[in-house]
Amino acid sequence: MSAAETSASLRPESLPDAAGHFGPFGGVYVPETLMTALKELGEAYDAARRDPVYQEELNRHLKEFAGRPTELYFAERLTQHCGGAKIYFKREDLLHTGAHKINNALGQVLLALRMGKTRIIAETGAGQHGVATAAVCAKFGLQCVIYMGAVDMERQALNVFRMRLMGAEVRGVEAGQKTLKDAVNEAMRDWVTNVRDTHYILGSALGAHPYPMMVRDFHRVIGREAKAQILAREGRLPDEIVACVGGGSNAIGVFFDFLEDAAVRLIGVEAGGRGIVRGEHAARFEGGKLGVLQGSKTYILQNPDGQIELTHSVSAGLDYAAIGPEHAYYRDTGRISYAYACDDEVMEVFQLCSRLEGIIPALESTHALVEGLKRAKALPKDKIVLVNLSGRGDKDVNQVAKLLGVTLR
Amino acid sequence: MDRIAQAFARARAENRAAFVAYLCAGDPDFDTSLAACRALIEGGIDILELGVPFSDPLADGLTNQLAAQRALEGGMTAARVFELVARIREFSEVPVVFYTYYNLVFSNGVEAYVRAAKTAGVDGMLTLDLPPEEAADVQAACAKHDIKTVFIVAPTTPESRLPVIGAAATGFIYYVSREGVTGVRDSVAANIPEAVAAIKRHTALPVVVGFGIGKREHVAEVAAGADGVVVGSALVNVIRDNLAARSQIAPKLAAKAADLVAGTRR
Ligand SMILES: Cc1ncc(COP(=O)(O)O)c(C=O)c1O
Repeated sequence: MSAAETSASLRPESLPDAAGHFGPFGGVYVPETLMTALKELGEAYDAARRDPVYQEELNRHLKEFAGRPTELYFAERLTQHCGGAKIYFKREDLLHTGAHKINNALGQVLLALRMGKTRIIAETGAGQHGVATAAVCAKFGLQCVIYMGAVDMERQALNVFRMRLMGAEVRGVEAGQKTLKDAVNEAMRDWVTNVRDTHYILGSALGAHPYPMMVRDFHRVIGREAKAQILAREGRLPDEIVACVGGGSNAIGVFFDFLEDAAVRLIGVEAGGRGIVRGEHAARFEGGKLGVLQGSKTYILQNPDGQIELTHSVSAGLDYAAIGPEHAYYRDTGRISYAYACDDEVMEVFQLCSRLEGIIPALESTHALVEGLKRAKALPKDKIVLVNLSGRGDKDVNQVAKLLGVTLR
Repeated sequence: MDRIAQAFARARAENRAAFVAYLCAGDPDFDTSLAACRALIEGGIDILELGVPFSDPLADGLTNQLAAQRALEGGMTAARVFELVARIREFSEVPVVFYTYYNLVFSNGVEAYVRAAKTAGVDGMLTLDLPPEEAADVQAACAKHDIKTVFIVAPTTPESRLPVIGAAATGFIYYVSREGVTGVRDSVAANIPEAVAAIKRHTALPVVVGFGIGKREHVAEVAAGADGVVVGSALVNVIRDNLAARSQIAPKLAAKAADLVAGTRR
């Protein structure tokens, strides 16, 4: 029995422990220079979450600036197309800046202000977290530096321009494979150097404690709303909930309030890239091994020596070698199961959803949709599949056009 | 006395600080790296800190990132790093301390890794992204196989943490003299003596100071108030600047080391 299984009876709310461990996963694996900053962040977050003034302010900005609550939407034509279970979308794509990432960016920027930090840094893959961070920094008048891999800057060029319009400095990262992992390295180097006045708004349920817990908490609103909405609409809980998993923030956010509803199946979807071959995918649960990367112990795609492997996904936001530690925990306990979707399926469903629903999903979210449609097809009509539509695909249209051989002018 | 303690005792007896030299193992290739280590040892260094090349060195500046990249591209693996140490042991008793990242130690079992390091002739281990709070496995394995642990104190470390760090270390304490990543700086950080004094209130172990030190006068400045001085990027830059003529690397490093080591005299 694994350590995770022995603690499977723990209530989700009790995780992580005080040192940031989800069973054997998580923790604080950072250079000494950051230890004190992380401790202070943990204390500040602890105080903030108990403070009604902070909560009220956050809720107000989530409503007025970000556009919460987001709708629950019945995807009627996709349901007909699949001929099985009813398909619902949780519409995080409708949020300001285009994805769920704004939930966390708002929560953290308010925390940074409370802590008296004057400078914000962040990493970004698809650019959605960078755009969300740039937006909240503009709103609150904070200096903002975004690190982004050079490859991602090219495939998400629109988001680079959006960040710059909102006053952020976008720094391209040329190290390594020039994608999300390398942007995180560079952001951590910046933080180590400027830790006294800078807050690092990490964009997923990743990294050292308290980040995985804090980012999760900021996204729990997704699942909380979805639960109330589906109960109001259908009078019962969904049978399955599907979400894509990069670092794992939108997924843990939508899953969390259903963890104790044993009848609801929870499915995370990783990036299968060009197929499960070394270096061609980013599905950490398909060939990843326990390790430590960028602050946390979790499943990581790595070679036999412990060097981090190259990854690939058509979606920049899922193209990352490690998975958030809480997902590793629930995967080992069996509470959440994981699947993967490959680039070609994603390209197909991206177009299908656009055509049938008039909704262009983010390539990341489309991974969840691929699995959601497969499951809906396999289930009878009285079942319900809820897909977390974590973001909109406007940022992806240039890249998709290019992949389809269409020239835009 | 172990090799690390001996090195500090010898330096103290000669009224100087110990000189700790950093190179990345296998930079730019195995044979040149072995020759570079030999040159430093012959140049009079007291402790060799060997960087174990990692794909994601998030505590390192560009100089060391590129060194690790060259080493990995040059074919360094875990086995080859151990082999490099074993080859150094054929001609030298200089203490060798690994400067590494935790995933490399963890991925195939901490104990197996530490045992292999000991067998190769490694004396100590500094794991950059492993604070004392997460270090129980490494401490146990190092105690069992008699490898000394080295932990970092940073300028942001409050005095209240020093007992924890002092209790975790068995080899020496590495005071990182400024916030930031590795890399040569123009000047030495202020208030190093105060920081070293604070650390010494909580440990009897030697305290070395590093990060950004690259010139003889900087070495001299730091040597006045610390048990050891660490120079890394300035040495790695010698490799970087001579990649086109690799046979030049060893003699140039020997000369550079001799010059810097002279700065350790008090
Ligand atoms: C729309 C969207 N969904 C999902 C992700 C993946 O992140 P996470 O797994 O943290 O939700 C991203 C990341 O950029 C994104 O932009």
